[in-house]
Amino acid sequence: MLTFIIITLIKVLVIFVVFLLMIALLTWLERKLLGHFQVRLGPMRVGPHGLLQPIADGIKLLFKEDIIPDNVNKFVYVLAPLLTFIPALIIVAVIPFGKSIELFGQRIDMVISNFNMGILYIFAVASLSVYGIVLAGWSSNNKYSLLGGLRSSAQMISYEVSLGLSLIGVFMIAGSLNLVDIVNAQDKLYNWFIIRQPLGFLLYLVCATAELNRIPFDLPEAEQELVAGYYIEYSSMKFSMFFLGEYGNMINVSALATTLFLGGWHGPFLPPVVWFLIKLTAFLFFFIWIRATLPRFRYDQLMNFGWKVLLPLTILNVLITAVVMIL
Amino acid sequence: MEILIFSIVALIAVICSVQVIISRNPVNSALFLIATMVSLAILFILLNAPFLATIQIIVYAGAIMVLFLFVIMLLNLRRDEFGPERRRAQRFFAILFSFLLLIGITTVLTVGTFNSNQVESGWSKTIPAGVEPLAQLLFTKYLFPFELASVLLLVAIVGAVVMAKRRL
Repeated sequence: MLTFIIITLIKVLVIFVVFLLMIALLTWLERKLLGHFQVRLGPMRVGPHGLLQPIADGIKLLFKEDIIPDNVNKFVYVLAPLLTFIPALIIVAVIPFGKSIELFGQRIDMVISNFNMGILYIFAVASLSVYGIVLAGWSSNNKYSLLGGLRSSAQMISYEVSLGLSLIGVFMIAGSLNLVDIVNAQDKLYNWFIIRQPLGFLLYLVCATAELNRIPFDLPEAEQELVAGYYIEYSSMKFSMFFLGEYGNMINVSALATTLFLGGWHGPFLPPVVWFLIKLTAFLFFFIWIRATLPRFRYDQLMNFGWKVLLPLTILNVLITAVVMIL
Repeated sequence: MEILIFSIVALIAVICSVQVIISRNPVNSALFLIATMVSLAILFILLNAPFLATIQIIVYAGAIMVLFLFVIMLLNLRRDEFGPERRRAQRFFAILFSFLLLIGITTVLTVGTFNSNQVESGWSKTIPAGVEPLAQLLFTKYLFPFELASVLLLVAIVGAVVMAKRRL
Protein backbone atom coordinates (compact mmCIF):
# COMPACT_ATOMS: atom_id res chain seq x y z
CA MET A 1 0.00 0.00 0.00
CA LEU A 2 2.71 2.45 1.02
CA THR A 3 4.94 1.67 -1.97
CA PHE A 4 1.92 2.06 -4.21
CA ILE A 5 1.21 5.51 -2.80
CA ILE A 6 4.84 6.55 -3.10
CA ILE A 7 5.13 5.31 -6.69
CA THR A 8 1.91 7.06 -7.63
CA LEU A 9 3.05 10.29 -6.03
CA ILE A 10 6.34 10.19 -7.92
CA LYS A 11 4.50 9.48 -11.17
CA VAL A 12 2.08 12.34 -10.56
CA LEU A 13 4.93 14.71 -9.80
CA VAL A 14 6.97 13.75 -12.86
CA ILE A 15 4.03 13.82 -15.23
CA PHE A 16 2.81 17.12 -13.83
CA VAL A 17 6.18 18.78 -14.38
CA VAL A 18 6.62 17.28 -17.84
CA PHE A 19 3.09 18.30 -18.80
CA LEU A 20 3.64 21.90 -17.74
CA LEU A 21 6.97 21.98 -19.59
CA MET A 22 5.25 20.64 -22.68
CA ILE A 23 2.63 23.36 -22.46
CA ALA A 24 5.40 25.96 -22.28
CA LEU A 25 7.21 24.41 -25.23
CA LEU A 26 3.97 24.17 -27.17
CA THR A 27 3.37 27.93 -26.92
CA TRP A 28 6.86 28.42 -28.32
CA LEU A 29 6.31 25.81 -31.03
CA GLU A 30 3.04 27.36 -32.09
CA ARG A 31 4.49 30.85 -32.45
CA LYS A 32 7.57 29.53 -34.19
CA LEU A 33 5.68 27.36 -36.65
CA LEU A 34 3.08 30.03 -37.36
CA GLY A 35 5.95 32.40 -38.03
CA HIS A 36 7.51 30.06 -40.54
CA PHE A 37 4.16 29.27 -42.15
CA GLN A 38 3.74 32.99 -42.71
CA VAL A 39 7.35 33.43 -43.93
CA ARG A 40 8.45 35.12 -40.72
CA LEU A 41 10.97 33.87 -38.21
CA GLY A 42 8.76 33.89 -35.12
CA PRO A 43 10.35 34.63 -31.74
CA MET A 44 14.12 34.94 -32.12
CA ARG A 45 15.41 37.23 -29.36
CA VAL A 46 15.15 35.31 -26.09
CA GLY A 47 17.54 32.38 -26.09
CA PRO A 48 18.56 30.36 -29.17
CA HIS A 49 15.74 30.63 -31.73
CA GLY A 50 13.54 32.14 -29.03
CA LEU A 51 13.52 28.93 -27.02
CA LEU A 52 13.36 30.79 -23.71
CA GLN A 53 10.39 32.87 -24.88
CA PRO A 54 7.84 30.87 -22.80
CA ILE A 55 9.82 31.64 -19.64
CA ALA A 56 9.94 35.33 -20.51
CA ASP A 57 6.20 35.27 -21.21
CA GLY A 58 5.53 33.47 -17.96
CA ILE A 59 7.50 36.01 -15.92
CA LYS A 60 5.77 38.86 -17.69
CA LEU A 61 2.31 37.41 -16.99
CA LEU A 62 3.16 36.72 -13.35
CA PHE A 63 4.19 40.28 -12.69
CA LYS A 64 1.34 41.96 -14.49
CA GLU A 65 -1.32 43.63 -12.41
CA ASP A 66 -4.16 41.26 -11.61
CA ILE A 67 -7.27 43.30 -12.28
CA ILE A 68 -10.72 42.28 -11.01
CA PRO A 69 -13.24 44.63 -12.61
CA ASP A 70 -15.91 46.23 -10.41
CA ASN A 71 -19.02 44.78 -11.98
CA VAL A 72 -18.07 41.14 -12.05
CA ASN A 73 -19.41 38.33 -9.93
CA LYS A 74 -16.18 37.89 -7.98
CA PHE A 75 -16.60 34.30 -6.82
CA VAL A 76 -17.42 32.96 -10.27
CA TYR A 77 -14.91 35.27 -11.93
CA VAL A 78 -12.06 33.79 -9.90
CA LEU A 79 -13.40 30.25 -10.20
CA ALA A 80 -13.68 30.20 -14.00
CA PRO A 81 -9.95 30.12 -14.94
CA LEU A 82 -9.40 27.30 -12.45
CA LEU A 83 -12.26 25.33 -13.98
CA THR A 84 -10.60 25.58 -17.39
CA PHE A 85 -7.15 24.65 -16.19
CA ILE A 86 -7.79 21.83 -13.72
CA PRO A 87 -9.73 19.48 -16.05
CA ALA A 88 -6.95 19.82 -18.60
CA LEU A 89 -4.50 18.81 -15.91
CA ILE A 90 -6.31 15.79 -14.51
CA ILE A 91 -7.17 14.18 -17.84
CA VAL A 92 -3.53 13.15 -18.15
CA ALA A 93 -4.02 10.66 -15.32
CA VAL A 94 -5.37 7.86 -17.53
CA ILE A 95 -3.26 8.28 -20.65
CA PRO A 96 -0.65 5.51 -20.96
CA PHE A 97 2.66 6.74 -22.38
CA GLY A 98 4.89 3.69 -22.24
CA LYS A 99 5.26 -0.02 -21.62
CA SER A 100 5.23 -1.25 -18.01
CA ILE A 101 8.73 -1.64 -16.60
CA GLU A 102 10.23 -3.64 -13.76
CA LEU A 103 12.08 -1.60 -11.18
CA PHE A 104 13.38 -3.02 -7.87
CA GLY A 105 11.00 -5.94 -8.24
CA GLN A 106 8.03 -3.62 -8.65
CA ARG A 107 5.94 -3.53 -11.79
CA ILE A 108 5.44 0.07 -12.74
CA ASP A 109 2.80 1.01 -15.29
CA MET A 110 3.58 4.03 -17.39
CA VAL A 111 0.24 5.58 -16.56
CA ILE A 112 -0.92 7.19 -13.34
CA SER A 113 -4.13 5.22 -13.11
CA ASN A 114 -4.85 2.05 -15.08
CA PHE A 115 -8.55 2.76 -14.76
CA ASN A 116 -11.00 0.32 -16.27
CA MET A 117 -13.08 3.02 -17.87
CA GLY A 118 -10.32 5.45 -18.70
CA ILE A 119 -12.01 6.86 -21.72
CA LEU A 120 -15.27 7.51 -19.90
CA TYR A 121 -13.28 9.30 -17.22
CA ILE A 122 -11.81 11.52 -19.92
CA PHE A 123 -15.27 12.28 -21.29
CA ALA A 124 -16.54 13.07 -17.82
CA VAL A 125 -13.73 15.47 -17.04
CA ALA A 126 -13.81 17.02 -20.50
CA SER A 127 -17.52 17.63 -20.20
CA LEU A 128 -16.80 19.69 -17.09
CA SER A 129 -14.27 21.88 -18.86
CA VAL A 130 -17.01 23.76 -20.69
CA TYR A 131 -17.96 25.42 -17.40
CA GLY A 132 -14.76 27.43 -17.25
CA ILE A 133 -15.56 29.13 -20.50
CA VAL A 134 -19.28 29.61 -19.90
CA LEU A 135 -18.79 31.00 -16.41
CA ALA A 136 -15.93 33.23 -17.49
CA GLY A 137 -18.19 34.64 -20.17
CA TRP A 138 -21.08 35.21 -17.81
CA SER A 139 -19.25 36.48 -14.75
CA SER A 140 -17.24 39.09 -16.66
CA ASN A 141 -20.48 41.05 -17.12
CA ASN A 142 -19.50 42.08 -20.60
CA LYS A 143 -21.61 41.48 -23.68
CA TYR A 144 -18.72 40.27 -25.78
CA SER A 145 -17.64 37.73 -23.19
CA LEU A 146 -21.24 36.60 -22.67
CA LEU A 147 -21.63 36.04 -26.41
CA GLY A 148 -18.35 34.17 -26.48
CA GLY A 149 -19.37 32.02 -23.54
CA LEU A 150 -22.77 31.19 -25.03
CA ARG A 151 -21.31 30.35 -28.41
CA SER A 152 -18.72 28.19 -26.80
CA SER A 153 -21.18 26.23 -24.68
CA ALA A 154 -23.44 25.61 -27.67
CA GLN A 155 -20.49 24.53 -29.77
CA MET A 156 -18.96 22.28 -27.15
CA ILE A 157 -22.24 20.53 -26.33
CA SER A 158 -22.94 19.92 -30.01
CA TYR A 159 -19.53 18.55 -30.84
CA GLU A 160 -19.15 16.52 -27.65
CA VAL A 161 -21.87 14.19 -28.91
CA SER A 162 -20.06 13.51 -32.16
CA LEU A 163 -16.72 13.27 -30.37
CA GLY A 164 -18.01 10.51 -28.14
CA LEU A 165 -19.74 8.66 -30.98
CA SER A 166 -16.70 8.85 -33.25
CA LEU A 167 -14.75 6.72 -30.78
CA ILE A 168 -17.38 3.98 -30.39
CA GLY A 169 -15.95 2.04 -33.33
CA VAL A 170 -12.58 1.83 -31.60
CA PHE A 171 -14.17 0.45 -28.43
CA MET A 172 -16.18 -2.06 -30.41
CA ILE A 173 -13.08 -3.50 -32.05
CA ALA A 174 -10.87 -3.29 -28.98
CA GLY A 175 -13.64 -4.62 -26.75
CA SER A 176 -12.55 -2.45 -23.86
CA LEU A 177 -12.75 1.04 -22.45
CA ASN A 178 -9.36 0.75 -20.82
CA LEU A 179 -6.78 2.84 -22.65
CA VAL A 180 -3.98 0.38 -21.86
CA ASP A 181 -5.99 -2.46 -23.41
CA ILE A 182 -6.73 -0.33 -26.45
CA VAL A 183 -3.03 0.38 -26.94
CA ASN A 184 -2.26 -3.32 -26.53
CA ALA A 185 -4.81 -4.13 -29.24
CA GLN A 186 -2.69 -2.12 -31.71
CA ASP A 187 0.63 -3.91 -31.45
CA LYS A 188 1.14 -4.26 -35.23
CA LEU A 189 1.06 -1.49 -37.79
CA TYR A 190 -1.89 -3.04 -39.63
CA ASN A 191 -3.72 -3.22 -36.33
CA TRP A 192 -3.59 0.50 -35.71
CA PHE A 193 -7.05 1.94 -35.46
CA ILE A 194 -6.20 4.66 -37.95
CA ILE A 195 -6.20 1.86 -40.53
CA ARG A 196 -9.16 -0.06 -39.13
CA GLN A 197 -11.19 3.07 -38.35
CA PRO A 198 -10.22 5.70 -40.96
CA LEU A 199 -13.59 7.46 -40.87
CA GLY A 200 -13.66 7.42 -37.09
CA PHE A 201 -10.19 8.95 -37.04
CA LEU A 202 -11.16 11.80 -39.35
CA LEU A 203 -14.34 12.49 -37.41
CA TYR A 204 -12.40 12.45 -34.16
CA LEU A 205 -9.91 14.99 -35.49
CA VAL A 206 -12.66 17.34 -36.63
CA CYS A 207 -14.61 17.09 -33.38
CA ALA A 208 -11.45 17.46 -31.32
CA THR A 209 -10.53 20.65 -33.14
CA ALA A 210 -13.99 21.95 -32.39
CA GLU A 211 -13.72 20.96 -28.72
CA LEU A 212 -10.41 22.79 -28.51
CA ASN A 213 -12.00 25.97 -29.86
CA ARG A 214 -9.24 26.24 -32.39
CA ILE A 215 -9.41 27.53 -35.95
CA PRO A 216 -11.54 26.75 -37.97
CA PHE A 217 -13.86 26.35 -34.99
CA ASP A 218 -12.67 29.25 -32.85
CA LEU A 219 -16.02 31.07 -32.88
CA PRO A 220 -16.03 31.60 -29.09
CA GLU A 221 -13.01 33.86 -29.29
CA ALA A 222 -13.41 35.23 -32.80
CA GLU A 223 -11.24 38.32 -32.52
CA GLN A 224 -12.88 40.27 -35.30
CA GLU A 225 -16.41 39.88 -33.92
CA LEU A 226 -16.03 39.39 -30.19
CA VAL A 227 -12.72 41.16 -29.47
CA ALA A 228 -11.45 38.12 -27.58
CA GLY A 229 -14.58 36.34 -26.45
CA TYR A 230 -14.92 34.96 -22.97
CA TYR A 231 -11.58 36.04 -21.51
CA ILE A 232 -11.74 39.66 -22.57
CA GLU A 233 -11.86 40.98 -18.98
CA TYR A 234 -9.11 38.75 -17.61
CA SER A 235 -5.55 39.81 -16.97
CA SER A 236 -2.30 38.49 -15.55
CA MET A 237 -2.22 34.90 -14.28
CA LYS A 238 -5.96 34.37 -14.65
CA PHE A 239 -5.62 35.18 -18.32
CA SER A 240 -2.72 32.82 -18.69
CA MET A 241 -4.68 30.07 -16.89
CA PHE A 242 -7.07 30.03 -19.85
CA PHE A 243 -4.15 29.64 -22.18
CA LEU A 244 -2.52 26.97 -20.07
CA GLY A 245 -5.82 25.10 -20.08
CA GLU A 246 -6.22 25.49 -23.81
CA TYR A 247 -2.75 24.27 -24.64
CA GLY A 248 -3.05 21.55 -22.04
CA ASN A 249 -6.22 20.36 -23.73
CA MET A 250 -4.45 20.44 -27.06
CA ILE A 251 -1.83 18.07 -25.65
CA ASN A 252 -4.55 15.88 -24.14
CA VAL A 253 -6.48 15.61 -27.38
CA SER A 254 -3.30 14.76 -29.27
CA ALA A 255 -2.27 12.22 -26.66
CA LEU A 256 -5.71 10.64 -26.86
CA ALA A 257 -5.53 10.49 -30.65
CA THR A 258 -2.11 8.86 -30.38
CA THR A 259 -3.40 6.33 -27.88
CA LEU A 260 -6.60 5.48 -29.69
CA PHE A 261 -5.60 5.60 -33.33
CA LEU A 262 -1.82 5.59 -33.76
CA GLY A 263 -0.95 2.65 -31.55
CA GLY A 264 0.16 4.62 -28.51
CA TRP A 265 3.70 3.79 -27.53
CA HIS A 266 4.15 0.94 -30.05
CA GLY A 267 6.97 1.31 -32.55
CA PRO A 268 10.26 -0.30 -33.55
CA PHE A 269 13.83 0.43 -32.30
CA LEU A 270 13.21 3.53 -30.17
CA PRO A 271 11.99 3.28 -26.56
CA PRO A 272 8.17 3.39 -26.16
CA VAL A 273 8.08 6.79 -24.44
CA VAL A 274 10.00 8.33 -27.34
CA TRP A 275 7.57 6.87 -29.86
CA PHE A 276 4.69 8.26 -27.86
CA LEU A 277 6.22 11.72 -27.82
CA ILE A 278 6.98 11.60 -31.56
CA LYS A 279 3.38 10.75 -32.42
CA LEU A 280 2.11 13.33 -29.96
CA THR A 281 4.27 16.03 -31.53
CA ALA A 282 3.06 15.05 -34.98
CA PHE A 283 -0.52 15.72 -33.87
CA LEU A 284 0.42 19.02 -32.25
CA PHE A 285 2.14 20.03 -35.48
CA PHE A 286 -0.99 19.05 -37.37
CA PHE A 287 -3.22 21.26 -35.21
CA ILE A 288 -0.89 24.24 -35.65
CA TRP A 289 -0.72 23.55 -39.37
CA ILE A 290 -4.52 23.64 -39.58
CA ARG A 291 -4.56 26.94 -37.73
CA ALA A 292 -2.16 28.42 -40.28
CA THR A 293 -4.17 27.08 -43.21
CA LEU A 294 -7.91 27.35 -42.72
CA PRO A 295 -10.27 30.32 -42.28
CA ARG A 296 -13.02 30.36 -39.68
CA PHE A 297 -16.52 28.88 -40.06
CA ARG A 298 -19.58 31.06 -39.86
CA TYR A 299 -21.72 30.34 -36.83
CA ASP A 300 -24.70 28.80 -38.66
CA GLN A 301 -22.32 26.75 -40.80
CA LEU A 302 -20.73 25.45 -37.63
CA MET A 303 -24.02 24.28 -36.15
CA ASN A 304 -25.29 22.81 -39.42
CA PHE A 305 -22.03 20.98 -39.94
CA GLY A 306 -22.02 19.60 -36.42
CA TRP A 307 -25.57 18.30 -36.34
CA LYS A 308 -26.34 17.54 -39.99
CA VAL A 309 -23.02 16.20 -41.24
CA LEU A 310 -20.83 15.05 -38.36
CA LEU A 311 -23.47 13.36 -36.23
CA PRO A 312 -24.98 11.21 -39.03
CA LEU A 313 -21.48 10.31 -40.20
CA THR A 314 -20.43 9.16 -36.74
CA ILE A 315 -23.55 7.01 -36.43
CA LEU A 316 -22.88 5.62 -39.90
CA ASN A 317 -19.36 4.78 -38.77
CA VAL A 318 -20.71 2.84 -35.79
CA LEU A 319 -23.12 1.02 -38.08
CA ILE A 320 -20.44 0.08 -40.64
CA THR A 321 -18.11 -1.11 -37.89
CA ALA A 322 -20.83 -3.28 -36.40
CA VAL A 323 -21.72 -4.81 -39.78
CA VAL A 324 -18.09 -5.51 -40.64
CA MET A 325 -17.49 -7.04 -37.24
CA ILE A 326 -20.42 -9.43 -37.60
CA LEU A 327 -19.37 -10.41 -41.12
CA MET B 1 -9.70 5.42 4.48
CA GLU B 2 -13.07 4.80 2.84
CA ILE B 3 -14.88 6.18 5.84
CA LEU B 4 -12.70 9.28 5.79
CA ILE B 5 -13.33 9.96 2.09
CA PHE B 6 -17.00 9.22 2.54
CA SER B 7 -17.40 11.68 5.41
CA ILE B 8 -15.57 14.46 3.59
CA VAL B 9 -17.50 13.98 0.36
CA ALA B 10 -20.82 13.51 2.12
CA LEU B 11 -20.25 16.70 4.08
CA ILE B 12 -19.46 18.59 0.88
CA ALA B 13 -22.55 17.13 -0.78
CA VAL B 14 -24.83 18.16 2.09
CA ILE B 15 -23.38 21.65 2.38
CA CYS B 16 -23.60 22.20 -1.35
CA SER B 17 -27.16 20.97 -1.61
CA VAL B 18 -28.21 23.27 1.21
CA GLN B 19 -26.45 26.10 -0.61
CA VAL B 20 -28.43 25.28 -3.75
CA ILE B 21 -31.60 26.21 -1.88
CA ILE B 22 -30.41 29.21 0.07
CA SER B 23 -28.30 30.94 -2.56
CA ARG B 24 -29.86 34.15 -3.75
CA ASN B 25 -28.07 34.15 -7.06
CA PRO B 26 -29.46 31.51 -9.47
CA VAL B 27 -26.06 30.98 -11.08
CA ASN B 28 -24.52 30.22 -7.69
CA SER B 29 -27.35 27.78 -7.04
CA ALA B 30 -26.61 26.02 -10.29
CA LEU B 31 -22.91 25.87 -9.45
CA PHE B 32 -23.61 24.33 -6.07
CA LEU B 33 -25.91 21.81 -7.73
CA ILE B 34 -23.02 20.82 -10.00
CA ALA B 35 -20.76 20.44 -6.97
CA THR B 36 -23.41 18.25 -5.33
CA MET B 37 -23.58 16.05 -8.41
CA VAL B 38 -19.82 15.67 -8.59
CA SER B 39 -19.66 14.67 -4.93
CA LEU B 40 -22.47 12.17 -5.54
CA ALA B 41 -20.34 10.73 -8.34
CA ILE B 42 -17.51 10.23 -5.87
CA LEU B 43 -19.93 8.44 -3.57
CA PHE B 44 -20.84 6.14 -6.45
CA ILE B 45 -17.15 5.31 -6.90
CA LEU B 46 -16.96 4.46 -3.21
CA LEU B 47 -19.91 2.12 -3.75
CA ASN B 48 -17.90 0.27 -6.41
CA ALA B 49 -19.94 1.68 -9.28
CA PRO B 50 -17.47 3.68 -11.39
CA PHE B 51 -19.63 3.46 -14.51
CA LEU B 52 -22.54 5.08 -12.74
CA ALA B 53 -20.16 7.73 -11.42
CA THR B 54 -18.83 8.69 -14.83
CA ILE B 55 -22.30 8.67 -16.33
CA GLN B 56 -23.49 10.85 -13.47
CA ILE B 57 -20.83 13.42 -14.33
CA ILE B 58 -21.19 13.18 -18.11
CA VAL B 59 -24.97 13.38 -18.18
CA TYR B 60 -25.95 15.47 -15.18
CA ALA B 61 -22.97 17.67 -14.47
CA GLY B 62 -21.68 17.83 -18.02
CA ALA B 63 -24.79 18.10 -20.15
CA ILE B 64 -27.96 18.91 -18.23
CA MET B 65 -26.45 21.49 -15.92
CA VAL B 66 -24.73 23.23 -18.84
CA LEU B 67 -28.17 23.71 -20.37
CA PHE B 68 -29.50 24.96 -17.03
CA LEU B 69 -26.70 27.49 -16.80
CA PHE B 70 -27.26 28.41 -20.40
CA VAL B 71 -30.88 29.28 -19.72
CA ILE B 72 -30.12 31.10 -16.48
CA MET B 73 -27.43 33.14 -18.17
CA LEU B 74 -29.64 34.01 -21.11
CA LEU B 75 -32.45 35.17 -18.84
CA ASN B 76 -29.87 36.91 -16.64
CA LEU B 77 -32.19 37.38 -13.68
CA ARG B 78 -31.33 40.18 -11.32
CA ARG B 79 -30.98 39.55 -7.64
CA ASP B 80 -33.82 41.92 -6.69
CA GLU B 81 -36.30 39.91 -8.77
CA PHE B 82 -36.00 37.25 -6.12
CA GLY B 83 -37.72 39.02 -3.29
CA PRO B 84 -39.38 37.23 -0.36
CA GLU B 85 -41.87 34.62 -1.49
CA ARG B 86 -45.00 36.30 -2.79
CA ARG B 87 -47.43 33.45 -2.99
CA ARG B 88 -48.77 32.11 0.27
CA ALA B 89 -50.46 29.13 -1.39
CA GLN B 90 -47.20 28.02 -2.93
CA ARG B 91 -45.53 27.95 0.46
CA PHE B 92 -48.35 25.89 1.91
CA PHE B 93 -48.16 23.32 -0.88
CA ALA B 94 -44.39 23.22 -0.68
CA ILE B 95 -44.49 22.30 3.00
CA LEU B 96 -47.28 19.77 2.41
CA PHE B 97 -45.50 17.99 -0.42
CA SER B 98 -42.09 17.95 1.22
CA PHE B 99 -43.76 16.38 4.25
CA LEU B 100 -45.36 13.74 2.02
CA LEU B 101 -42.02 13.13 0.36
CA LEU B 102 -40.37 12.67 3.73
CA ILE B 103 -43.01 10.08 4.67
CA GLY B 104 -42.50 8.33 1.35
CA ILE B 105 -38.74 8.15 1.69
CA THR B 106 -38.92 6.90 5.28
CA THR B 107 -41.41 4.22 4.28
CA VAL B 108 -39.26 2.98 1.43
CA LEU B 109 -36.15 2.98 3.58
CA THR B 110 -37.71 1.11 6.50
CA VAL B 111 -40.27 -1.34 5.12
CA GLY B 112 -39.43 -1.52 1.40
CA THR B 113 -37.20 -4.05 -0.29
CA PHE B 114 -34.43 -1.49 -0.34
CA ASN B 115 -32.58 -1.58 2.93
CA SER B 116 -28.95 -1.23 3.78
CA ASN B 117 -28.35 -4.92 4.56
CA GLN B 118 -29.39 -5.98 1.12
CA VAL B 119 -27.16 -3.44 -0.57
CA GLU B 120 -24.24 -4.55 1.52
CA SER B 121 -24.58 -8.24 0.79
CA GLY B 122 -26.25 -8.37 -2.58
CA TRP B 123 -25.91 -6.08 -5.50
CA SER B 124 -22.55 -4.38 -5.41
CA LYS B 125 -20.62 -7.47 -4.33
CA THR B 126 -22.05 -10.08 -6.69
CA ILE B 127 -21.92 -7.97 -9.81
CA PRO B 128 -18.39 -6.90 -10.65
CA ALA B 129 -17.96 -3.24 -11.44
CA GLY B 130 -17.75 -2.50 -15.12
CA VAL B 131 -19.57 -1.83 -18.32
CA GLU B 132 -20.04 -5.42 -19.49
CA PRO B 133 -22.22 -6.73 -16.63
CA LEU B 134 -24.40 -3.64 -16.86
CA ALA B 135 -24.74 -4.07 -20.61
CA GLN B 136 -25.58 -7.76 -20.09
CA LEU B 137 -28.41 -6.86 -17.76
CA LEU B 138 -29.64 -4.00 -19.93
CA PHE B 139 -29.86 -6.11 -23.07
CA THR B 140 -31.31 -9.23 -21.51
CA LYS B 141 -33.23 -8.89 -18.29
CA TYR B 142 -34.14 -5.23 -18.54
CA LEU B 143 -34.44 -4.99 -22.31
CA PHE B 144 -38.06 -3.88 -22.29
CA PRO B 145 -37.69 -1.00 -19.80
CA PHE B 146 -34.49 -0.01 -21.62
CA GLU B 147 -36.24 0.22 -24.98
CA LEU B 148 -39.17 1.95 -23.34
CA ALA B 149 -36.83 4.60 -21.98
CA SER B 150 -35.39 5.17 -25.44
CA VAL B 151 -38.90 5.66 -26.83
CA LEU B 152 -39.55 8.12 -24.02
CA LEU B 153 -36.46 10.10 -24.98
CA LEU B 154 -37.50 10.05 -28.62
CA VAL B 155 -40.90 11.44 -27.67
CA ALA B 156 -39.18 14.17 -25.68
CA ILE B 157 -37.01 15.08 -28.68
CA VAL B 158 -40.00 15.19 -31.00
CA GLY B 159 -41.85 17.31 -28.45
CA ALA B 160 -38.94 19.73 -28.21
CA VAL B 161 -38.77 20.06 -31.99
CA VAL B 162 -42.51 20.70 -32.21
CA MET B 163 -42.30 23.34 -29.46
CA ALA B 164 -39.42 25.07 -31.19
CA LYS B 165 -40.94 24.88 -34.66
CA ARG B 166 -44.13 26.58 -33.55
CA ARG B 167 -42.25 29.79 -33.02
CA LEU B 168 -40.25 29.63 -36.22
